[in-house]
This record gives sequence, structure tokens and C-alpha cells, in this order.
Amino acid sequence: MMMLLPELSVLCFSVVFLLISLGDKRDNLINMAKSFAIMIFAVSILAVYKEGTLFSGAYKINFVSQLFKIILAYGLCMTLFFLNGKEELEKKFLPEFIMFLGFSTLGLMMLVSADELISMVIALEISSYSLYVIVPLRAGQTRLQLEASMKYLFFGAISTGVMLYGMSYIYGMTQSTFLTDILYAMPRYLGQPVGIFAIVLTMTGFFFKLSLFPMHFWAPDIYEGASNTTTTFIATVPKIAATAILIKLAAIASSATPQFVNVLMVVAGISMTLGNLVGLVQKDLKRLLAYSGIAHAGYIMLGILALSKDGYAAAMFYITVYLIMNMAAFYVIVILSKKGENILVGDLAGLVKKAPLLAVTIGLAAFSLAGIPPTGGFTGKLFLFTSAFQSGHLAIVVIGAVNTVISIFYYLNIVRMSFSKEAAVSEPLKLTSHEQTLCYIFIFLILYLGIYPFGLLGIFKLAV
Amino acid sequence: MEKYLMMNTLSFPMLSTVIFLPLAGAFLLLFMRSDRAAKITALITGIINFPLSLILYFKFNTATHLFQFGEHLSWIPSYNINYILGIDGITLFLIILTTLLTPMCILCSWTAIETRVKEFMFCILLMETAMVGVFCALDLILFYVFWEAMLVPMYLLIAVWGGPRKDYASIKFFIYTLFGSVFLLVAIIAIYLTTGSFNIPEAMFRDYSFSFQTWVFLAFALAFAIKVPMFPFHTWLPAAHTEAPTAGSVFLASVLLKMGTYGFLRFCLPITPKASVFFAPYIMALSVIAIIYGGYVCLSQTDMKKLIAYSSVAHMGFATLGIFSLTLFGWQGALLQMLNHGVTTGALFLCVGIVYERTHSREIYDNAGLGKIMPAFVGFFGLFSISSFAFPGTNNFVGELYILVGTFKVSKVAGFLSIVGAVLAAAYMLRLLKQIVWGREDKRQIADMKAREYVFLIPLAVFVIWMGLFPKPFLAVIDSSLVHLFGQMQAFLR
Repeated sequence: MMMLLPELSVLCFSVVFLLISLGDKRDNLINMAKSFAIMIFAVSILAVYKEGTLFSGAYKINFVSQLFKIILAYGLCMTLFFLNGKEELEKKFLPEFIMFLGFSTLGLMMLVSADELISMVIALEISSYSLYVIVPLRAGQTRLQLEASMKYLFFGAISTGVMLYGMSYIYGMTQSTFLTDILYAMPRYLGQPVGIFAIVLTMTGFFFKLSLFPMHFWAPDIYEGASNTTTTFIATVPKIAATAILIKLAAIASSATPQFVNVLMVVAGISMTLGNLVGLVQKDLKRLLAYSGIAHAGYIMLGILALSKDGYAAAMFYITVYLIMNMAAFYVIVILSKKGENILVGDLAGLVKKAPLLAVTIGLAAFSLAGIPPTGGFTGKLFLFTSAFQSGHLAIVVIGAVNTVISIFYYLNIVRMSFSKEAAVSEPLKLTSHEQTLCYIFIFLILYLGIYPFGLLGIFKLAV
Repeated sequence: MEKYLMMNTLSFPMLSTVIFLPLAGAFLLLFMRSDRAAKITALITGIINFPLSLILYFKFNTATHLFQFGEHLSWIPSYNINYILGIDGITLFLIILTTLLTPMCILCSWTAIETRVKEFMFCILLMETAMVGVFCALDLILFYVFWEAMLVPMYLLIAVWGGPRKDYASIKFFIYTLFGSVFLLVAIIAIYLTTGSFNIPEAMFRDYSFSFQTWVFLAFALAFAIKVPMFPFHTWLPAAHTEAPTAGSVFLASVLLKMGTYGFLRFCLPITPKASVFFAPYIMALSVIAIIYGGYVCLSQTDMKKLIAYSSVAHMGFATLGIFSLTLFGWQGALLQMLNHGVTTGALFLCVGIVYERTHSREIYDNAGLGKIMPAFVGFFGLFSISSFAFPGTNNFVGELYILVGTFKVSKVAGFLSIVGAVLAAAYMLRLLKQIVWGREDKRQIADMKAREYVFLIPLAVFVIWMGLFPKPFLAVIDSSLVHLFGQMQAFLR
């Protein structure tokens, strides 16, 4: 029972809010959710050394999965902290919103532990369906939200379909849905096109979650349409689980022919270049971060396509850093948008006068996303590049390096707006101590992971 | 402990102190309430750091080529990344130059910077940490971290406190430099994968294949050529120099540009010696083009800062010419030239800053005829101007002489053409000087220099003359490192 504690606590959390949503108590919910979330986070840490298998090997709990659960719990926790006193959701939907966040996290937690194709699909769908529901939940709902949510649903359905198609091939070849059996039986088929085809199609379902090319189309619209808090969650937490599963799937194909790596390289290269180039012209900050997310999905693939333990550790490290730096950027958006509206890059003008702490937070997040030392984004990228290079993929490393230069243009634009542009009207923005604390935590974490990455990296290396 | 490193024998980690004291000062600044307190704290930090770096000079062992005051700590063990510091004759004076210029930059911004003083001083101190770090780092990743970390405060210095075209200039500066650096990073990773460590001295003089050397050299050279800046990559420099506040221009001209030539000496020559020899003629050609082109462009400038910026292109051309002449004379000259250019050009930018604070114009014509109004200022300005075109008896003369001797040994054509460039330098500097001193009758009421301004110009003036008349103490320090490097190159290439 102890080993299932993270999942059980999240389930309990969701059920409690399900019950609350049936009544009409609406006060103080957020504080309750926050304390609950901290508890989930603590429980996940407690369960880190638990190991075991359930359901005859379909559900595997080990150090890697527990680590990912901690990060997922942290992501949920932060998202709920962002929710603090914001009027971006209609109050009557608040318990449902929190409940679905919980269910989505539950699905993702199950996903990282799932070791069998069917349970993977079920876990993925639990998390996806919850998100389909909360995308349109936004105060002053317009067609934009509905359109975003429809797009999300359609793309999600298509990618699940493609994934199931790939899985059917895997099952057809290996006669099993258990990853342990597949891992054993698969190498025989990897020399043939059909083997590679099957694995790439299966991965496609998770490319969707990671917003990697060619399943990236949903990201900009959903980021723009969904409320700021929802976007924060969608932009960060599901990507962690997606990375975990992609690593698992790549491990199956680790003895594959170069063609398999080539496919991943093309996908990664296009994703980076496309994300960064289109990012250059974005005005809406959330859209900009969506394209930046597409580019970052490409960077993460660098670690996965290395097909080495160093590469997997680097990808895990980078997705953790990405969670933190992306959340920092989104938090500034959440604070700045008083009524839950979208923030344009131009709205950042004069931020350093209005609220210096926010300017520093978003500036640091931007530099970290761009990969400038001494931030976590730099060390993460260094490990990714090194591992990809080590496996002999110099071309993709050079593409990644060039992309860093392209991306700096729009990240610098964020910094330039917040630091050197003067606003037409600027009234000081008073931050609450709660907001200040979160900002300091983000600043600390970004710099900490840049200067002392070895603690976390060591843990990940141990895990893979 | 290590065969290339003499461990620190002082009772405390000297190099780390010099690197991180400004950082500590910068964090202290965050707790300051008033602008005045911030300025004073920054100044005190800068002033304390200078004598600390002088201790390095007095304790420096000139008899050895090894890296001294070494510090060695493990940083990221799983990738074999270490925190290794050490200095030799090549870097000692560059560090002292940096620590000397920092308090001067703070002083020259005392009244010139009126908005967000605290943040300005914060950036200046951050710059000092990063710049000293670049010269001390003996681990490629540590080096790269300092090298890139420098971009952020420098970018902010230009983008926040810069002139009217600051947006354009700051972004161009950032993107240009980053473009070079990312390939540097790829080359660093390539070296790591070949040698198994990021250690700089251990990567030197190894049996890499020629094609490997070529690619690594090109990646390194691109990064350093942009920083120097060498001829086709120089366009960011005039923009950044002109728009930056005085302190930013001084840092750019005096220290940042030196990092390019330092990189050539520390990385390109020892890590990729064969490729360096192979590419030397091309780089010499580019240097000569930079010298002549820079000189011609200077002749037509009307903006004082732009003129000095382009003259930097020409002067740094001499430095790269000296390095890639691959002679001992050339290297000695190049190192001296780096120091000299740092002092002279830094001083010239400070002078322009002094004028700009009074007349709010950088145009030569607006500032013409100051001879009678600001006699003391013109005295200093004259000294630095003639030193800038290498008048005998001033510091630049020594450096350029060494470089020319080295160059003539290798190529008569290059030597001859660079003499033409040296004559051009006299032409444009004298033109500037003439305009500023006697340009026209001027009856304006402009105050001459204040005591604060004397404080930061006098040490530089002393240095100009000292180096010009008696360069021996400087050569004594740099010699053993360069002679050793030269010997290793010779032995390796034979």
C-alpha cells in the first residue's frame, strides 16, 4: 500500500473535490487545495524508495517512476499556488477545476508507472480527458476557448489513434503488451522497417503531449485560449510524463538501426527550428511560450535520440529544469494579468519599475530558456548536447546550437521590454508576500540548477 | 598536485577572492536604500579588489611557466567538470587591468548615470566577476560559463543606460557574440569527447587528427574573431561602443575585446597548433585588412566614440597580426598591445565621457576648440591620442614595434602594409586632436576637470608613459609563459 501512496493521495484529493463540487461551498477552497497539494508533494517524497510491481507486471513502481511522481506532484502543487485569488475562472467551477487538475495528475502518475501498453493508453486518456474539460473553463468564456478545447480534443484523439495503430503493430510482432516482453522480443524486428514504424507511431501519441513536431499544431491555440493557470499546467506537467514514456519507448529501440535515430533527428530538428522561427514573430506572450515549448520539445529529443543512459539522464534533467523555468515565466503572466486576460509582450514594458522582482524573475526565466549560463537552462542544454554528440550525432547538435541563437532574439525581446522600455503609464504593482516567496523560490531554483546541477543530475543518472 | 598547476601557497584562495568579491559586493548592493550608498559600496568593493589583485603581481613567480595560485575543486563529477583556477604570465596583467578599470568605471559614472544607479553598479560588479573569471578559468566549461555570463550584464548596460539606438546596438551585440559562442560550445564538447575531460591545460598539444584540429580551430576562431573583432565580424562593435554608456564602452574596449585575442593565445595556438599554422596566413591577411580598413573608416568619422571604436578594430588587428605571425616577438608585442590598447582606448573613452557630460554631444565639431576652455583635459586627451597612434615614448609604440619586428620576419608584405596602417592611425588621431584642441574659437563656459576625474585619468597616464619608457617589468612577467609556449609549439610542429 505504501508504494501507491502518491497515486492514492492524488485520487483522494480529486474525490474530495468531486464531493465538494456537488455541494455549494465555495469559500476557502483554494487554501484547502494548497495544503492538500503540499501533502501530496510530501507523500511523494516519502514514497521515493518504494519498489514493486502490481497487476502481474503491468504497473511497475521503481526509483525512476517515483522521481517523476515527485516532479509531477511539484508541478500540481505550483499550479494550485498560482491559482491564488485570481478571478480568471468562474467561481462556481472552481471545485471542478481543481478536481480535474487532480485527475489529470493522477493519470500522469499512473502513466509513468505503467509498464504495459493498455495501461499506458488508459492512464494517458485519464489525464487527457481531464484536460479537455478544463481548457474551456475560463471566466467570460468566448468562442476562442471552445475552439481551443475542440482543437485539443481532436488532435488528442488523432494522436491517440495513431498511437494505438502503432501499438497494434507492436502487439502483432511481439504477441505481448507487456513492455518487459516487448523489450525482449522487439530487437528481432528492429532491423525491419515495420519495427521502426511501429515504435515511431507509438511514440507519436506522446509527441502530442510534448507538443513536438508533427503533433504540435494544438499548442499555440490552446495556450492562447485556455486560462493562464490551465496553460501553466498543460505547458509543463504532462510534458514530464511524456518524456518519461518516450525514454521508456526509446529504450525498447536502443539497438535499432540508424534509420530510427534519423527519424527522431528529423523530428527534433524541425521542431526546434520551426518553434524558434515562428516564435520570433509572436506578440502574445503565451503563444510565444507555446512556440518556445515546441522548440524545447526538440531539445529534449536530443537526449532521447542519443539512446544512451547519459542521454536519458540529460533529458530527465532538462525536463525538470524546463518545468521550473517555464513555470517562472507563466507565474509572471499570472500575476500581471489581473482579470485573467492574456498578456502581450508589449504589456511587459516598464516592468522593472512596476515590480522589479517580477522583471528579474521573467528575465532570468527567459535567459534560462535561451540557455545562457549560469542558469539551469544552460547546464541542461550542455548535458543534452554532450550526450547527443557522444552518440555521434554532431549534425543535430549544430542545429541545436544555431537554434539557440535564433531563439535568443525573442527571449531578449522579453528582457528588453521588461528592463529597458518605458511604459506609458506605470503604477507600482504591489506583490503579496505569497507572490514574492514564489518568485524567490523560482529564482533560487533556476540559479541553483545552473550552479550545482550535480545533485539532481546524479540522482537521475542513478535512476536510469 | 597537477603537473601544470602550482597550487596556491597563500593562506586563502586568492583567485576565488578576486573573482567573487565583486559578486559579494553586488549582492550587498541589493540591500542599499539610497543611490549614494550604492555608489559608495560599489566603489569600495572595486577599490578593495584592486590591491588584492596586486598581491598576485607581487607574489607572482616569474621563473616558471606553470599556472600559479592554482585552485582545484570538483564541480560536476559525472561529466568530469572541475572548478580549476590558475594564472600565468599571459593573464596576470589582464586581470590587473580589469580590477584597475572597474573602480574607474564606477567613478566615471558617478554623476553621468542618474537613473537606476543601484542596478547599474550591480551590473558593473557582475561584469568584473565574469571578466576576471574568464581569465582565471582553466576548465573549458567554467571558462564558457564566465564567458557567456558576461553577456547578460553587458547587454543590460547597453540596453538600459545606452544612447538613442540602444535597442539595435544591444541586441546586435548579444546575437553576434552568442552566435560565435554556440560553436565554441560545440568545439568544447568535441574536445571533451576526445580527451575525456574539460581541462584546458590537459587538452593542449595532443595528437588530434588534422581535420579535427581544423574544425575545432574554425569554431574557436569564429567565437574569438567576433569578440576581437576581426575584419568581417566587426560590425557590432561601432554600434555597441557608440550606444553604451561610458563605463560600458570602457569595459568593452579594454577588457572584452582582449578576451578574443586571449582566446587565440590560450586555446587556438596550444590546442590546435597544426591548424593554427595552416590558417595563420589567412588570419594575418584579415588582420592587415582590419588595420588598413579601420584606419580609412576612422578618417571619415564625425562621432568621437565611433572613431575610437573603429580605431579599436585597427589596433586589435595589430594584436591578431602579432599572434599569428607565430614568432616570439609577435606574441610579446601582441600581449603588450592588448594591455596598451586596454589602457589607452579605455582612457580615450573616459575622456569622451568627460566631454559628453558637459556638452551632451559626441560630435567632433560640437566639441571643437576646447583647448583654451579645458586646458587640463586637453593635456590628458593629447597624451592618450598620441599614445593611440604609437608615438615613440608611449606604451603603444613598444607593442607595435615588437609586432612589426615579428611580422617582418614572416612576411614583408604584411609588415609593409601594416606600417601604412600605422601612418593612417597618426592621420586620424591627429585630425581628431587638432579639431578638439584648436578646432575653432569657442567662448563657451565649460568647467575643466574635477578632482574625481583627475583621480581616474592620472593612473592611466602614468601607465602610458611608464610602459612606453620602461616596459621591462611587464616583459619579465609575460616572458616565461610565452617562451615556454613557443618552445612547445616548435617541438610539436617539428
